[in-house]
Order: sequence, then C-alpha cells, then structure tokens
Amino acid sequence: MLDFWFSWVILPLDSMMRLSTPLVLLALAGMFSERSGVVNIALEGKLLAAAFASASAAAVTGSAWIGLLAAIATTIMVAMLHGFATITHKGDQIVSGMAINILVAGITVILGRLWFNQGGQTPNLRGDARFQGIDFPGAAWIQENVPFVGSVYGEILSGHSVMLYLAYLMVPISWYVLFHTRFGLRLRAVGENPAAVDTAGISVVAMRYKALVVCGILAGFAGTYLAIGGNTAQFMPNMSAGKGYIALAALIFGKWRPVQAMMGCFLFGLLEAYAIRLQGVEIMGIGTVPVQFIEMVPYVLTVVLLAGFIGRANPPKSVGVPYSKERE
Amino acid sequence: MKGIFKIAAVSVLTVSASLALAAPKFAPAVVYDQAGKNDKSFNEAVYRNGVLRFAADFGPVVAEFEPQSETQMEQGLRRLAQKGRSPIIAIGFTFGSAVEKVAKEFPDLQFAIIDMVVDLPNVQSIVFAEHQGSFLVGALAAMASETDKVGFIGGMDIPLIRKFACGYAQGAKYVNYEVEVFENMTGTTPAAWGNPTKGAELAQAQISKGADVIFAAAGGTGIGVYQAAADAGVYAIGVDSNQNYMQPGTMLTSMLKRVGVAAYDSWKEARDGTWKGGFKVMDLTNGGVDWALDDYNSSLITADMKSWVEEIKADIKSGEIVVHDYMSTNSCEM
Repeated sequence: MLDFWFSWVILPLDSMMRLSTPLVLLALAGMFSERSGVVNIALEGKLLAAAFASASAAAVTGSAWIGLLAAIATTIMVAMLHGFATITHKGDQIVSGMAINILVAGITVILGRLWFNQGGQTPNLRGDARFQGIDFPGAAWIQENVPFVGSVYGEILSGHSVMLYLAYLMVPISWYVLFHTRFGLRLRAVGENPAAVDTAGISVVAMRYKALVVCGILAGFAGTYLAIGGNTAQFMPNMSAGKGYIALAALIFGKWRPVQAMMGCFLFGLLEAYAIRLQGVEIMGIGTVPVQFIEMVPYVLTVVLLAGFIGRANPPKSVGVPYSKERE
Repeated sequence: MKGIFKIAAVSVLTVSASLALAAPKFAPAVVYDQAGKNDKSFNEAVYRNGVLRFAADFGPVVAEFEPQSETQMEQGLRRLAQKGRSPIIAIGFTFGSAVEKVAKEFPDLQFAIIDMVVDLPNVQSIVFAEHQGSFLVGALAAMASETDKVGFIGGMDIPLIRKFACGYAQGAKYVNYEVEVFENMTGTTPAAWGNPTKGAELAQAQISKGADVIFAAAGGTGIGVYQAAADAGVYAIGVDSNQNYMQPGTMLTSMLKRVGVAAYDSWKEARDGTWKGGFKVMDLTNGGVDWALDDYNSSLITADMKSWVEEIKADIKSGEIVVHDYMSTNSCEM
C-alpha cells in the first residue's frame, strides 16, 4: 500500500510540480499580455529565447543568477519587438507572434553554433552555473518516519530548485497585482475597453507596453527554469517543445485567471507525469497499453475538457485588436 | 540530315554507356541528419572518426551538408549529386526514401546509407549489429547494478531502437537472470530525439523504481538522462559516440557504433576502386560495434568486469553466444 501510494501518487505529483513550472510561468506571462489586449502566441519563442540566453550567460559567467538576468533582459527585448509590431505599428498580433517564434527557433541555433560550436547546444553546466535542488530542513527524516504525509513534504515540496518556488510564488503575486492594484485595474480595462481608458487620460500604448514588459520578465523566469533550473543543465535547439502553446491552452482553460490557469497547468503536468509512468505497465484486464495511446491521452482530454466541461471561456473583449484613436 | 542525327544519337548513347561502366570521379561527400554534425553522438562520430580522419590521411576532399529541415534532406542530397559528388554517404535511416529517389536519378554515382537498406546497385547499405553492442553494455550494467534493476530509455519508438533495447535486456539477463529491466520510449515522432526534459523525467521515474544503471539510446534526449543520473548519483550508459566524458564519474560506459569508420571505409574503397554496392554489416567481429573504456570510466570498470565482458565479447564473435536481433522477427525473444 505504502509502495503503491509512493510510486503512483507521490512521485507523479512530484514530477507534475517540475513539469508544470515553466507552464505556470508562461501562462502568467500570457495572462498579463492578453489581459492588456495583446494576443500572445509568441510565448513559445519567448521561452526558447530565455532558455538560450540563460544557458549561454550561465555558461560564460558561471553564475545561474546572471543567467536569469540575461534571460529576463532578452525576453523583454523580444516582447518589445512584439510590442513595436503590434502596438506602435498596429500589426496583426498572431502573425507577428508566429514570426517571433520562427525567428527565435532559428536565431538561437545559429548563435549557439557560432558561440559554442556544439551543434546549437550550449555547454553542460555544473555547480553554481545552474540552480540546484534545495532540501527542506528535516525532509529526509520526516519522509522516513511519517507515513503517507511525510512523503508529501519530503518528496513533493522539498528538493526542487529555487526557481520552482519562485514560480509558484508568482501566482499569488500576479493575482494581487491584477485584481488589487491600480496598475491591474488599468491593465484589465485596456484589454476590455481601451477607448474608455483613453478617455480617462491613461495612455493605452504605455499600458500595453508595460504589460509586455511584465510578460517578458515572467517568460524570462520560465526559460531559465527550463534550461538551468530544472533537471537539464544546458540549452538544446527547440527544447521548448511546444510548451508555449500548451501554456496558452492552460490560460484559456483558466479563463485568464492566475489560480485557475495554474490548475490548468497542473492538469497538463500531471497527465504528462502519468504518461511517462504508465509506459510498459501491465494494467489488470487490459494488458500493456501501447505508448502511442498514452501519449495521445493529454491531447484528447484537452479537447474533451475544453469542449464540454470548462464552459465558455470569455477572452478580454479587445484582445487581438490594435488600438487606434479615431482622430489623431 | 535525319541520318546524321541518328548517328549522333547512337554515338552519344554508346559514349554514355561506356561512361556508366567506369567508376565515377572520386569526390566524396556526406549529408548529416537534422541533429547536425556536432550532436555529441551519432553525427559527430561520422564527423570526427570519418571526415576528419579522412582529411588527415588524404586531404580535405569530403564535402559536407547539414540540412536544417526535413525538406532540405533530399534537396541537399540532390545538389551534391548534381555536382557529381561520389560516393555520397547519407547518415541515418531518415534518408531512406531520399537516397532511393536520388540514387535512381543518378545511376552513375555511388551512394551509401547508414542504418537503412536501399536495394539499388549503386547504393551501399551499411547496417550495424547494435544488438551485439547493446548486449555488452547490458552485461556491464547488470554487473555494476547493486539493486538488480537496470533501465533503458529509447528515443523514437522504432524497430531500430527496440533492437538496442532487446540486446541490452539479453545482455543484462545473461549476466544475472534475476535482473529486472525497465524499458521506456520517449515518443513516437522525430521530436523524441531532442527532448531532454522528458528524458530526465523518464530517468527519474526509473530511478525511483530502483534502477541504478540507465542506458539511453535517444540522441539529444539522452543528455537529460545522463544529467538526471548524475544528479541522482546512479550510472548512465552513452550511445553511438564515446560519451563517457559528458558526466565523468557516473558514465559507466558507452555503446560504440563506429559509423565514422564505416564512412571512412566506404570513401577509401571508392578511392582505391574496390567500392561495391549492396549490403554491409558492421558487427563485433569487424569492430563496427563495441563498448568504450577510457580515462573517464576506467575507475568504474573493475578488472573482473573487464575480463568478464571481454570473455562475452569473444563468445559472441565465436558464435557461442547468439544475440537475438529484434529486427529479424520484430519481437524480442530472450
């Protein structure tokens, strides 16, 4: 029983925490930008850019924290590029977002080959150049001596890198900023009815740029976690592997709200964790389930849940619409 | 007037027919797969032990092409063929259909493909006895394991990778029948070759089930596996190239697949005029596959382990141990 509990409840939850972290950060990043009215399909590209910047900077300087700063600076720049196209020049948000994804996928590999000459990968990092797991006080002791609940503390909560804890801290912070500050109120208003905000004397353009800066910072954290904060210690070409799009789905899932979006990310993370563990396992009465079937489950479930159970997800009213004053 | 044309046409035909009989001009080339030549694994083995060694011996004559996307694979191959390059070596089974098409269009040129059989007279199909090499590292894994549980993580779920898994399991069971082998595949699309995050998660899942040696045959995904093994303090086994240097201290060994040597030999045969199309198997006997021992892992391999695995190697060579090849029956028979 204890064994079953540990390998089918505790370990998948532990794995879920790690797999959901970049998704949570990205969903929050997307939330800020979409709440202000900028559709953010460019999350994938921002994640990849941040992962590359953090791994390169950490490889060169030997400090993971400098890697984080470099990632944030890079993603803010990418977000500003997105903003320049969509806010200043009122370009199509989806087209420019896809352009960013394609641009980043190519440029990271080219720069990586040029700088490190390892086929687009960055060097493998050790020691301080990556964020390593932190063991909570008494984690091992509690896990051993307190049945069932002990492993929740010892395995699921303890032992992750500081980046993971920062990521989950961002959820309440984002919630507070979005719903309980003047900045948050204005941000939401810009996404719903920019003309009204403009009438009140607040610059729509400035608000949307600010939202994209916040989006850049959060995406910077996500990329840093992916490359040097989790269980990898280097950048590899296309290592984002579609996480940006999944985060976007989780955001819609969570109806553009931070806690609900996090729950959506948990769902994806948990399904992936089980998909990994169910491979080659004999299930009573069915036998071994083919890998292909297990891999399919998260996607099918997404469609089913989105279609039937989540209900109507109303996006911010002005999302995707560049704002222009009627007369200038 | 018509007659002159006829004569001209006939003479052109005879000239081209006689050209086809002679070997084409020696102008070797290689096309890597999408992972690129510095992938620390499969392609890099061709680059380091094939291209660079050939350049050292005969000068820099090998033309290289690295496709950036799937569509560039056939284009790159055709471009080299149009320039009259021969022999052109295509690295990896993904080139199968491209080689078949282009080799038909240029019947006078020589082609070679690794890990795939293309049945044309001007194509040399080079395949490896991965099951034999995997048997050796499986045996080493079982010797090194203290929990009697070892793991295998494959990249894309294809028969070739099942062949690795099957050889590995046979080797582990040969040394210790009690040993339990966990087997996971990363995915079912080519993306499974480059997903280190998932590789690390799979490795952690196997480690939590008790595995203390994990063999990854998963391209770039393997990097995540080696990292997870190093973080957890268990052994990992590399693949294709000698990857012992990647995580010194926890890389038990690597299953070598000497693709570089195969490429070198093919070019050299063409240079010497002994090149032949057809089927070529690289196995333990001709050194096509092997296990790696160097400064990075010499402290992990005890003298007993070494002599035992060398004994197994000799037995496989002599035919005393027959390793089942998954691809011959599409099933793993122990």
